Amino acid sequence: MAKKVLQVIETAYRGTLEEQDDTVLWLTHAMRGAGLHTDVLLRGNATNYPVKAQDASGLEFGGRKQTQPPRIADDVAKLIERGANVYIVTEDLDRRGIQMPDLVRGLKPVGSAELPKLLGGYDQIWHW
Amino acid sequence: MATRPTLTFVLMDPPYETARTTTALRLLDIAARRGYNLNVFAYEGAVYIPFSKQAPHANAVHGRDLAQEDHPNPKDWVEAIIAEAQRQGGTVDWVQCGLCVDERGAAESIPGLRRGSPADLVKFAEVSDNTLVIPTK
Repeated sequence: MAKKVLQVIETAYRGTLEEQDDTVLWLTHAMRGAGLHTDVLLRGNATNYPVKAQDASGLEFGGRKQTQPPRIADDVAKLIERGANVYIVTEDLDRRGIQMPDLVRGLKPVGSAELPKLLGGYDQIWHW
Repeated sequence: MATRPTLTFVLMDPPYETARTTTALRLLDIAARRGYNLNVFAYEGAVYIPFSKQAPHANAVHGRDLAQEDHPNPKDWVEAIIAEAQRQGGTVDWVQCGLCVDERGAAESIPGLRRGSPADLVKFAEVSDNTLVIPTK
């Protein structure tokens, strides 16, 4: 039986301008494409990833403009559209004053007290 | 401008790892646009920022080919900053820590930079109005 893996993303905005995405979200997309049954739990600073109002455009050095800035909320939304469960820790949202209407649709809010049960449903937990 | 300020930046992070690299380059870009004379001492992993073998790639996850992805590598940003400084009448003296380069096999860097040592950093500090260290954390 195929393994179920949960990607816990906590370290956020690490090299995202240079990569034009978040590398763990990217890897999750790619691994799902390669057949891995994997979902995502956003916690800590990564709870900002699904915020729709993000705009990383405008980066320019000298005459060199970045034409494809990271669109991380869109990347989260695409994961959901493609069938991934994307969980988000409600206490981490509250601490940051982020409201659910601020976020892309389809996220699954989960409280800290529910995490043991959630994590128990996966064969492996990868904490990034 | 009667006298051009001279600033030294000490960079330590490799590219693609943290937001500190782009923050450092943003500061360099602002200073270049103002025509300042800039010294950069690239230490440890920062010697990979202008590594000439960086290559853009297509991105299947994004659904974009090579041209559409238009992936700017950090070496391109360094080149653009140097060109901007020159347009504004300033200079960029970018020194790659030689031992750091050797340790990492990162000798191939874009044109316009030079290999150096901590002695260059000392000289930079002596002639600069200020020095900003952006260290690895």
